[in-house]
Amino acid sequence: MAERSSVFDMIGPVMIGPSSSHTAGVVRIGLVAHLLLNSAPEKCTVTFYNSFATTFEGHGSDRAILAGLMGMPTDDNRIKTALDVAKERGIAYQFKPVGNASTMHPNTIKIHATSGDRSIEVTGQSLGGGVICIVNVNGFTCNFSAGTDTLIIEADDVKGSIAFIADVLSADDCNIATMSCNRRGKADIACLVIEIDSPPRDITIQYLQHLTWVRSVNHLKSVR
Amino acid sequence: MAILFDDFKSWKAYCADNNLALYEPVLEYETTQKGHAHQDITDGLLRAWQVMKEAVQTGFTEDMKSRSGMIDNGGKKVKNSPITVLSPEFQMLVARALSAKEVNACMGRIVAAPTAGASGILPGVLVTLQELHQIDDTKMVECLLVAAGIALIIEQNASLAGAVGGCQAETGSAAAMGSGAIVYALGGNVTQVFNAVAITIQCMLGLVCDPVAGLVEVPCVVRNASAAAIAYSSAQIAISNVDSVIPVDECVSAMGEIGQSMESRYKETALGGLAATLTGNAIAKKVLIHDIEIIDEGETT
Ligand code: SF4
Repeated sequence: MAERSSVFDMIGPVMIGPSSSHTAGVVRIGLVAHLLLNSAPEKCTVTFYNSFATTFEGHGSDRAILAGLMGMPTDDNRIKTALDVAKERGIAYQFKPVGNASTMHPNTIKIHATSGDRSIEVTGQSLGGGVICIVNVNGFTCNFSAGTDTLIIEADDVKGSIAFIADVLSADDCNIATMSCNRRGKADIACLVIEIDSPPRDITIQYLQHLTWVRSVNHLKSVR
Repeated sequence: MAILFDDFKSWKAYCADNNLALYEPVLEYETTQKGHAHQDITDGLLRAWQVMKEAVQTGFTEDMKSRSGMIDNGGKKVKNSPITVLSPEFQMLVARALSAKEVNACMGRIVAAPTAGASGILPGVLVTLQELHQIDDTKMVECLLVAAGIALIIEQNASLAGAVGGCQAETGSAAAMGSGAIVYALGGNVTQVFNAVAITIQCMLGLVCDPVAGLVEVPCVVRNASAAAIAYSSAQIAISNVDSVIPVDECVSAMGEIGQSMESRYKETALGGLAATLTGNAIAKKVLIHDIEIIDEGETT
């Protein structure tokens, strides 16, 4: 049986309208991209799929996604004017509606964003009630909600790497909630997505970053 | 052992057995089930109450024209109308519910209570209640807890989502939360509070969800006003000791049963009812994006 709701699900959440799946959830997908990029983008292309393709303007999801990309929280009053804010900041944005993507969830968004020499690609679904699922990061399939701290580690596909990282995290007293690993090919780059119950210390992240076989470590704080 | 809000009957019995006010088991539930401290719960609800009051004000002071053009400052118009059809209090009740709900439609900050679609009802009901009866914020927090308890039970035994149970589930539940809160605040006993909830549900049963162009604007905004009005009529009936005849738990079951048998075109799909009218279709054609790249089956990037 599903977990029972909180008083704050009945009187709440405090959010920006009009709807939790079209605004709150969309802002959160944008926030994930913001955290992965480590900053607001200089350039971004946002693709709205299926149901989102027809409704993203009417529901203000275009503003919501830019707000998230600029790092605004889900109850920020500036979401309404996010298009103007983005223009002021000189962010070059582009929206693409795409229909008929039958293998994708009806409310799917893909973001391609760049800042300096960094470039990221994120695909996320807005599942309703502000809940999201990130299904792809930089070409790697994944499945996380960003409701808790998440580590995204790209590393060479070497033997024992997963066990090693799990050990390091447990030494830092981080309880691993879920863990998934995807790789492009045998002995190619692997992407580890680890959802943890509490944030790791900075020094743990730095340590992981310094391992020769680790390409990158991204710590996504839970986004609300 | 705290109760889990499975039904109204056990909530009532628990209060009687332990000599508790109606809001206390809700507080206990949130503490034991969700691990929140009393102070955090009070603070969180005071914040929500603050946002509700601000939403009413925002709707009165800022431009409330939605992108689709369907919503155009209705709250302000009602507030400033020279013609009072019933009483100044009723006029303000309707104006406030419209106002807060328009803020939601126009991308402003609101409290989903229980959902974003119904976010004008509790602000309209409760701001009016506080002003009319000089109720302090401590009591308002108790009202919100009672309202939350009502919603928890409806969620268990019917639904709070338009996509699952139609509009009765969204605006109907919010109205039920509001009427229960009114009767509680005015000193009604548990039987009267639950009668108010039952009567409200009886009045809202069967309402379908048929938003024009799929936007949460028409008929959602005006339904928030009518739901607020029904909350008050039901409260007046129940606090005068008129019985609901059908007990509240059975009314909730009826709502669940009706929701289940409702066709999906009446559940937020914008395929039936007002959304499927001539004008509804024309508006959808205008506001939705049609210049969409259609990809071939099987290829998804
Ligand atoms: S018609 Fe549908 S979208 Fe509008 S308030 Fe009712 S349930 Fe919500």
